Amino acid sequence: MQKLHSLKELQYFKEELLRSYDGKKKRILVCSTGCRARNALKIRDAFYTVIKQEHLTSEIEIIETGCQGLCAYAPVVTIEPHGIFYGKLTEKDVPDIIAKTMKTTEAVNHLCYSENKNTYPYLKEIPFFKPQKKIVLRNCGYINPTNPEDYVRRNGYLAIAKALSGMKPEDVINEVTKSGIRGRGGAGFPTGLKWKFANGYKNDTKYFICNGDEGDPGAFMDRAVLEGDPHSVIEGMLIGAYAIGATHGYIYVRAEYPIAVEYSTLAVKHAREMGLLGENILGTGFNFDITIKQGAGAFVCGEETALIASIEGRRGMPKPRPPFPAESGLWGKPTVINNVETLASIPQIILEGSAAYAQLGTQGSKGTKVFALAGKVTNTGLVEVPMGITLRQIIFDIGGGIPHGRAFKAVQMGGPSGGCLPAEHLDTPIDYESIKQAGAIMGSGGMIVLDEINCMVDIARYFMDFVQKESCGKCVPCRIGTKRMLEMVTRFTTGTAETGDIEKLQALAESVRDSSLCGLGQTAPNPVISTLRYFRNEYEAHLNDKFCPAGVCKELFNYAINPEKCTGCTVCAKNCPVKAITGEKKKAHTIDTAKCELCGICVEKCKFNAIAPVPKKQLNHIKK
Amino acid sequence: MTDVRFTIDGKEVLVKPSQTVLQAALDNGIHIPHLCYHPALSPFAGCRLCIVEIKGGKAPIASCALPVKDGLEVTTRNERLHQFRKTALDLILSDHPLNCLTCEKNAICDLQKYAYEFGLEKTSYAGERTAYPNETGNPLIEMSYQTCIMCGRCVIACNEAVVNEAIDFTRRGFAAKITTPLDVPRKDSDCVFCGACVDVCPVGALTDLTARFKGRISECQKASVICPYCGCGCSILLDIKDNTIIRAKGNPAGPANHGWLCIKGHFGLDFVHHADRLTKCGIRNAECGVIPHSPLPTPHLPEYPSSALDTSLNQSRERLHKPLIRKNGVLCEATWEEAIALIAGEFARIKADHGSGSLAALASAKCSNEENYLMQKLCRVLFGNNNIDHCARLCHASTVAGLAKSFGSAAMTNSIDEVDNADVILVIGSNTTEAHPIIGYAIKRAVNKGAKLIVCDPRAIELTEFSDIWLRHKCGSDVALINGLMNVIISEGLENKEFIKSRTEGFEAMKKVVQNYPPEKVAGITGVPAEDIRKAARAYASAKDAMVIYSMGITQHTTGTDNTMSLANLVMLCGQIGKLSSGLNPLRGQSNVQGACDVGALPNVYPGYQAVNNPDIKAKFEGAWGVPLSDEPGLTVTEIIDGASNGLIKGLYIMGENPMLSDPNITHVDEGLKNLEFLVVQDIFLTETAQRATVVLPALSFAEKEGSYTNTERRVQLSPPALKPTGQSRPDWQILSEIAVCLAKALNINCRFDYKSVGELTDELASVSPIYGGVTYDRISRNVTLSKAKGLTPKADKDSSTPSQNDTSTIQTSYSLQWPCPTEEHPGTKFLHKDKFTCGLGKFHPIEHKPPAEEPDTDYPFVLTTGRTLYHYHTGSMTRRSTGPAFVVPEAYVEMNPADAQGLAIADGEKVNIASRRGSVTITAKITERVPQGTIFMPFHFAEAAANMLTNTAIDPVAKIPEYKVCAAKITKAQKI
Repeated sequence: MQKLHSLKELQYFKEELLRSYDGKKKRILVCSTGCRARNALKIRDAFYTVIKQEHLTSEIEIIETGCQGLCAYAPVVTIEPHGIFYGKLTEKDVPDIIAKTMKTTEAVNHLCYSENKNTYPYLKEIPFFKPQKKIVLRNCGYINPTNPEDYVRRNGYLAIAKALSGMKPEDVINEVTKSGIRGRGGAGFPTGLKWKFANGYKNDTKYFICNGDEGDPGAFMDRAVLEGDPHSVIEGMLIGAYAIGATHGYIYVRAEYPIAVEYSTLAVKHAREMGLLGENILGTGFNFDITIKQGAGAFVCGEETALIASIEGRRGMPKPRPPFPAESGLWGKPTVINNVETLASIPQIILEGSAAYAQLGTQGSKGTKVFALAGKVTNTGLVEVPMGITLRQIIFDIGGGIPHGRAFKAVQMGGPSGGCLPAEHLDTPIDYESIKQAGAIMGSGGMIVLDEINCMVDIARYFMDFVQKESCGKCVPCRIGTKRMLEMVTRFTTGTAETGDIEKLQALAESVRDSSLCGLGQTAPNPVISTLRYFRNEYEAHLNDKFCPAGVCKELFNYAINPEKCTGCTVCAKNCPVKAITGEKKKAHTIDTAKCELCGICVEKCKFNAIAPVPKKQLNHIKK
Repeated sequence: MTDVRFTIDGKEVLVKPSQTVLQAALDNGIHIPHLCYHPALSPFAGCRLCIVEIKGGKAPIASCALPVKDGLEVTTRNERLHQFRKTALDLILSDHPLNCLTCEKNAICDLQKYAYEFGLEKTSYAGERTAYPNETGNPLIEMSYQTCIMCGRCVIACNEAVVNEAIDFTRRGFAAKITTPLDVPRKDSDCVFCGACVDVCPVGALTDLTARFKGRISECQKASVICPYCGCGCSILLDIKDNTIIRAKGNPAGPANHGWLCIKGHFGLDFVHHADRLTKCGIRNAECGVIPHSPLPTPHLPEYPSSALDTSLNQSRERLHKPLIRKNGVLCEATWEEAIALIAGEFARIKADHGSGSLAALASAKCSNEENYLMQKLCRVLFGNNNIDHCARLCHASTVAGLAKSFGSAAMTNSIDEVDNADVILVIGSNTTEAHPIIGYAIKRAVNKGAKLIVCDPRAIELTEFSDIWLRHKCGSDVALINGLMNVIISEGLENKEFIKSRTEGFEAMKKVVQNYPPEKVAGITGVPAEDIRKAARAYASAKDAMVIYSMGITQHTTGTDNTMSLANLVMLCGQIGKLSSGLNPLRGQSNVQGACDVGALPNVYPGYQAVNNPDIKAKFEGAWGVPLSDEPGLTVTEIIDGASNGLIKGLYIMGENPMLSDPNITHVDEGLKNLEFLVVQDIFLTETAQRATVVLPALSFAEKEGSYTNTERRVQLSPPALKPTGQSRPDWQILSEIAVCLAKALNINCRFDYKSVGELTDELASVSPIYGGVTYDRISRNVTLSKAKGLTPKADKDSSTPSQNDTSTIQTSYSLQWPCPTEEHPGTKFLHKDKFTCGLGKFHPIEHKPPAEEPDTDYPFVLTTGRTLYHYHTGSMTRRSTGPAFVVPEAYVEMNPADAQGLAIADGEKVNIASRRGSVTITAKITERVPQGTIFMPFHFAEAAANMLTNTAIDPVAKIPEYKVCAAKITKAQKI
C-alpha cells in the first residue's frame, strides 16, 4: 500500500483513483461473504472460468463484495453498469448471464427478482431495495472490502481528513451531537454525549473500542459491515478517537465471524500501511492505532463492562456502573465503546454534515437504522431504512409479507432483550421511544417475524433458554431468576403449570427486570413480559386447556383432519413419514394419534387447510 | 478532599468521598442487607440485596458499588425494595440446602441471618438445583457447590487481595460455578491454601476441613494472636474450644496482614497440640535407666486423608512426665526444681572453673521481646560476658552491619502497607511470595495496580512471572550487578544530584569504583544481558517512589555486608529513601528476629543497638542493672559453635533454636555440641539440638504465653495467651527468670530477675532502649476495635474489652507501635530516615565485586543454593508437625534444571545423592526450569535431607554470616535399596 503523508496526498490519491476508474466498465459484483453459505464462491469461480473461456478478461471485472442485502435470494450478484440484480444462482446460470447480460445487456428474466408475478431486473426498482436509504451500508455490496482503494474512491477517509484539517475535537463532538445519532448497539444512548463525557475526563491514555460482539439471534448487520466495509468502521473509530483524545483502539469481534475477523484485520493492516493508522496520521500529529480482539462467544460480552473485562483478559462479567467506561473503562482509563453500525455512520455525518443526517428520521431518532429481517417473512435480509418508517412497511413492502399465505402474528424485535409486538402495532413508527412504549426495544435491529403457527409461549421459552444459558452467573436475579422463569415457562409448554403461575411468572419477571445488575438481566424477562402483555390468551390456553393453539408444544395438541375440508387428495398420507394418516381417495382421511409424531409435514402439504391442532382431550373425546 | 453531604432515607450524612453509599449507610447506623459485600474486597454487586433507590434514577442500584456524591438522595427501604430483596433471597434459597443442622456456619451465616430477617422458611421456587459434587481431594479446604451462593467473595479475595489467582468463575448461566482453571482439584492447581477464600465465605460453602465437626465458629472462644512464623507479623484470630485451637483465620484488624494469611498461619498451627510437645523437664543422668521419648529424628507427619476428622493430634500420646536431664548419656525426666538447681549449679561451676568467657547463650528469634531481653540480660549480668547471639546472625547480620555503616540503623525503612503504592519495586534475593507471603501479596497487588517490578534472582520465582524486568544473575554476583545498575544511572545522568549533595557523603569514591562496571563488563560477571541492566537501571532511577526489597539472597554471602551496602548506595544514588513507599527494605525471616535484635540479643550491642564498647552506654546499663558489665563484644553464633568445638566454650544455654539443622555444616555443629560440658536447651519439641542437651526444658508455644513481637516493619505487637499451658511447660520468660534468680544467688550477684509479669519486662526494656522508649505495656496491651463496616483503619480503644465472641460484629487486635517510638506520646514511625539518616549523612561505600568463597569445579561442578519454600518454616520443627504444610510438601527435594537432569540421566522424582566437601544427603530430585543450568536448589527445612549438611561455613568477615547461598556440590544417582 502507498503511504499517505498528508491530507493533500490523500485528496490526490482519491482523485487519481477516480481518474483511473472506468465507470462504464462491465463489472460483476458477487456477494462473497454472507452468500458463501449458498455456494457464492463457486459462482464466482464459474464467472472467472467462463470469462476466461470467452476471452473477456479485459472487458469484465469481477468484484467480490460484502452483503448486498437480499439474503433470501442468495447467492446474489449485481451487474454493473446496468444495475441488474440476480439471485438464487447456480453455476449453470453463469454462461447465460455472460452470454446475455454481459454481451447484450439483456436481463435473464428467470434469475431476476419477482413479486406478484412481476419481474424486476433492475436493483433500484426492486420493492425490497426501493424504499431503503443506505448510509451505514453505503458501500456494502458495492466495493471489495479487502481493497482500501475502493473505499477511498467512494470518499473513504475524507471524513477523518476533514476532521483533522480544521475541526477541533469539540467541533467533531458538536457535529455528531447535532446529527442526533444514538447508539445502534441497542440502548440508544446519544453518541455525541458519550463522546463529550469521555472528552471531558483528562487522561494521557484513553481508549476507543468498537463493539462488534453481535450476539442477538437473527441479527447480522454488524457482521455485514465488518465483512463488507471494514474501513468505514476504522474511519468512524479514527474520528471518535480524535474527538475524545484516544490513542489506541480495539475492534472486539466475535471469533464466530471468521470473515469479519479476517477482513477487519486486513483493513487495519492496510490502513496502517497507508498511514491512516499509527503515528502522525496524515502528517497531522494525530496518533491512533487499532488492535483486533476476538471474543470467545459469550453473549454477555456485548455488554460494555463485560467486553472491557474480556479485552483485559478476564472473564467477561459486567460491573456495576458508575463509574461509566467514559470515566473509567479499559485498564481504568476513559473509554468509549461504540457499536459497529454507529461507527460506520460517523464518516457520513462528518462528511455530509449533521443537518443532512438529522433530516432523516423522527424527532427523537435520527438517521437510518439497519434491520435484519428474519423468520416468517418472504424477503429475509438486511435493510436500511430511515427512522420513523412503520413495521408494516418493513415487513410487507420491503419484506414481501408472510410466505405460504399465513397470517402475521407478531414481530420479535431487539433480540433476546426485546419483545414481541402483535399486529396492532404494525403501524407503529420505528423509533426508540415508540418501540419501547409498545413493549419491545430497537435493540441491535434484529426483527424476527412470526406467523400464526408460532406459539408465543414457546417463543418466550426459546428466548428464556437463550438468556439463561448466556447469563454470566454474577447476579442472583439473572443467574437463578432467569432459570426459574425458564422452568416456569417450560411448565406451561408441557402442561404442568398450575393456577397462579401466570401471576407468579409475571412477578418474578418484573423482579428480575428491575433488580438485575446489567442490561442482560434487566432485559432478559422482556420476551416473557411482552408475550404476557399481548398473548396472555395463549398462556391461558396452555394453563387452563392444556392446549397449544399454534400446534408447537407437542405435549399439548394432536393433529386432526377436518372432514369437512378434507378432499381426500391423499397428499398428506403420501408425505407422512410415519404412515400415521390413512383414508380412501376422495374421502376424508384420519390421523392415528398413536403413530403421529407431530412433525407438521401434513399441515405444510395440505392445500385445503384441513389439518389443524386440537387439544388432546378433545381428540380423545372424538375417538370415543 | 472535602467531605460529601447527601441524604439516606431523609437523614443527611457527611462522609468521606472515597466511600460507597453502603459504607456510608452502615457507618451511620443504617442497615442495608448485603451478602456479597466485604469491607476488605472490591465491590461485586452480585447479590442484589443492597440495592437502593436514587432520586431521579430509574432502576434500583447496588449501594455497595455506588460512590457517594453530593446531593444524592438515597432510599434504602420501601415495599418495592423489600420485595426485590425478598425475591433475591428466595431465589438463593431455591439453590441452597437447608442443612443448618450440620453446617459449620450455623448461627453466623449471613444467608441464615437474612432468611430469618425476611421470614423465609423455605423457597417458593421449585426447580433444578446445583448438583456438582463437593471439591475435596485435600485435607484442608472443601468447596460445597450446592452451598455456594456465588457471591464472588472468594474469587475477589484470591485474585485481587492475595493475588494467587487460583479460582474464578467458570461456565455460564445456572451452570456457572467457582472453581480452579479446568476444574482440576485444588491440590493440583495454583492454590497455595492460604485460606483467604474460606475466611471471606459468608455461608458454609468453603470450609476448613481440619476443623470439621470439632467446633462451630459460633461456639468457639476467640483470641487474636501473632503468627509464629515469618517476620510479616500477621494477626491471627483463633477459634478455641476445650483449650484446643479449632481453626485459624486472618484477623482483618491486623495492621500488617489486614486479614490475609498464608498456609502456615492458616493451616499450620496444630503443632501446638502435637503429641511430641515437651511437657516436662528432662535431665541427662547416669543413674537414669528410662528412655522417655521415642528416638528422633523422625518428624511425625500427620496422616492423610484421615486427618480431616482425626482427633488424634489432640490426644495424649507419648508424653514426658518429668523434666529431662541427661544421665550418663540418657535423658531422664526431672522436676523443675531439680532442673533449675542443676542448671544454676553447673553454670556457676563452669564460670568458676573456666572463667566467664567459657559461657554463652543463644537467644531465639521465635521468642518474645521480653524473653530475649531477659536472656541477654542473664548472659550479660550473670555469665558476665557478651556471648549472646541468635540466628539473626545467620540471616540478617550482614544487613545489621552494612546498613549501620550506610544509614546508621538497620531495619525495613518502610512499612508493608507502603508496598501497595510504590510505582517501582526492585526485589533482589528475596523469594517474597514464599518466604514473606503477605508482602508477596502486596507486591503482586502493586503490580496489578500498575507498578513496575524488577526482579533480580538466579531462580525463576513466582514474582518473576509478575516482573517487567527479570535480571537472572549468577549466584553471588550481586555487587557486580548493583554496580552495573549504578554505572548506567550515573553515566546517563539519572542520579538524584540534590539528594546526593544534601543528604550523603562519600559519593565520589563510590562513583570511581562504579565507573569500572560498565554494563557489558557486568554482563560478563553476572550473565545478565547489558541491555536488561540498562532497562532496569532506567526504570528504577526514573521512578517516583521506588522500594527495594531484599532478603537472604543478598545477606547470606561472604560478601553479605558488601551486598547490603551496595543496595544502600543504589537507593541513596537515586534519593529513593526517606519518604512513603520509597526505601530499602530487608525482610526479616522469623516472627521476632527483628525484636530479638532490637532488644540486644547480639554480641556487640545492648537493647536498642547501643554499642557494648561505648563507655557511656556501658555506664548507663551498669546503672540500670546495678552490676559491672563487660565492654568486650562477645562471640557470634558461628564463633560460639567454633568455641565449643575448640574448647573455649564449656557451657551453653540455647533457647528455642535448632543449630543442628539451621547452621551450616551440621557435622561441625554436632562436634561442637558434643564437646560441651553442659548444654541447656529450652524448646517446645525435642529438636535435633535438644537431643544433644544435658538438660531439656519444656517451654510454651506462642499460643500459650504472652509477649510482644516485633515484625519486619518494626511493628511491636502484643500477643496474648490464648491457651492454657501444655503439661508442666512454662513460658520462656518465667523459666529464664527462675534460672537467673537461682544463678544470681549462686554467683552472689545482686540484680533484679524476679519478674512477676511480662509487662514488667516490657516496661524495663522501654526504660533502657530509646527506640522502644514509648513502647510500654500499657500502650500495646490496649485493644483496638475494627468495625466490620468501617474498613481497615483501626483506632486505639481506651476502654479495652475482651475480643468479641461473634466475629460478625466487631474484630479486635492489640494496639501496635512501630519503632523508633522514643516517648509515650510518640505515635511510632511509619518510615525511616525522613529528613536525615540515623547517622546524619548517609554514607556511600566504594565496593568491588568478589566471587563466592567456594565456586564449582570439576569435582563439585554444581552451585548449590538454599532457601525456603512457602509450605515450611525454618528447621521444620513446627510446620512438619502441622497438617497443612505437611500435606502439601511432605518431603525434602532438590530442584534441578532439566538439562542437568538429562545429562545425569536423572528422572523427576528419582532419589539422588547431593554431596559437598562437607557431607552428603539423599534426596528426591524435582526437575524444573526454576533453576538455571548448573545450579541446584534445596530448601533447608528437612532433617532427613538437611541442606546444611552441605553448606559452607565460610563467613562474611564483618557480619560473620555464613555463605548459605553458594557452595559447590555434585550430584549422583542414589543407589537403589
